[in-house]
Amino acid sequence: MNVTIVDYQSGNISSVINSFTEVAKGKVNIEVTSDINKIRSCDKIILPGQGSFKSCVDSLNQIKGLVDTLKEFAIINKKPLLGICVGLQMFADIGYEEAETKGLGWISGKVSKIDNQQGKFKLPHIGWNEIEIQKKSKIFKDIKNKSHMYFVHSYEFIPKDKSVISATADYSSKKIVCAVEKDNLFGTQFHPEKSDKIGLKIIDNFLKL
Amino acid sequence: MLKNRIIPCLDVKDGRVVKGINFVELKDAGDPVEQAKIYSDSGADEICFLDITASNENRETIIEIVRKTAKECFVPLTVGGGVRTIQNITDLLLAGADKVSINTAAVKNIDFVKEASKKFGSQCIVVAIDAKKVLDNKWEVFTHGGRNKTGIDAVEFARKVEENGAGEILLTSMDKDGTKSGYDIDLLKTITNSTNIPVIASGGVGTLDHLYDGIVKGGASAVLAASIFHYGEYKIKDAKEYLNSKNVSVRL
Repeated sequence: MNVTIVDYQSGNISSVINSFTEVAKGKVNIEVTSDINKIRSCDKIILPGQGSFKSCVDSLNQIKGLVDTLKEFAIINKKPLLGICVGLQMFADIGYEEAETKGLGWISGKVSKIDNQQGKFKLPHIGWNEIEIQKKSKIFKDIKNKSHMYFVHSYEFIPKDKSVISATADYSSKKIVCAVEKDNLFGTQFHPEKSDKIGLKIIDNFLKL
Repeated sequence: MLKNRIIPCLDVKDGRVVKGINFVELKDAGDPVEQAKIYSDSGADEICFLDITASNENRETIIEIVRKTAKECFVPLTVGGGVRTIQNITDLLLAGADKVSINTAAVKNIDFVKEASKKFGSQCIVVAIDAKKVLDNKWEVFTHGGRNKTGIDAVEFARKVEENGAGEILLTSMDKDGTKSGYDIDLLKTITNSTNIPVIASGGVGTLDHLYDGIVKGGASAVLAASIFHYGEYKIKDAKEYLNSKNVSVRL
């Protein structure tokens, strides 16, 4: 099996590469590339994302044909794709970080700043938080409810259709969407690649799909 | 709910771990990669490397250590010491660091913090503030491991780094560092009340109670300690169990 980590200059992806390489050891071939021909022909895609929503969308758009290739892969051919952090957020129609920016529009919804209750809650939401599993998701196989995952973000994805939400986390006044699953599309707001052994298990689940 | 983090810090010199008492008398105590792995296996929420020789010597050593550590530890890794240029940050992140901590360079030029957080995202930019008490309820920023006085008020500076995009503040009390007498709680409280980004408490931990005070009395989001873990007085697990027993939420 060939799995591609999309390298579109979206900031630091070393940790994503390290953890996927560790889990894939000897079983799965991991390629880090922005080559759309390779992306088109692989079996699974990891879409990482760091920095702002706008800078990530802008970087995706800078690689000719990349957005269309990803769409063909994930939406038309319905092959498995996992978005991490801003990689997940970009599934939305629109994001409000830095400036109003159009997202990929794969899962209808918006990405807006977490309400910090006039400074009562610190932002970014950094550190380990428990995930509350909201529905059965293939990437949560053998993951216990209330497992700890590592988060670092100030914006949250708010999907229109709540049935896509597979897990939430408690922060500020409400439950933040921290994982989604819609058909072949998977996304985590937290960083499985930085979430110790339990995070590596999520990666393993995705690679085994 | 969000858990309070416990971060062991490894001071690295010439590729070896040391912990100075008030930044002087250095004791050699091990291989950083191995140490980091032990910490991450025993439940550390994050690992911090501080390259204490980076100001003058070759940076390649720390980059190699980061590269090796990142292949074995799957918890966040923060690296500080001598981070002065965008290229320094790029090199550390490519080697596998998740965050970099900027100290002197942030004091010299606040635009560097702005530029770095814009380029790499606030999530990976930590500003390390070394503060020393000058008057009652007044602290000043120091640089170069506490040697140089800057005349800058620590509270004002903390607000300024937040405005310029820092994602976290790593706050060290130069009066307390190495003394094992506990964090400077007044300093910590003042800074956590004046900013809206997470603050990591550092400098002075000698007992597990000090960690509790840092979180509960000082309002820190994370507590950093070096020697109490490093010389085996307490294990990370002891610290977590202790805090948990006092109703401080931690990742167990």
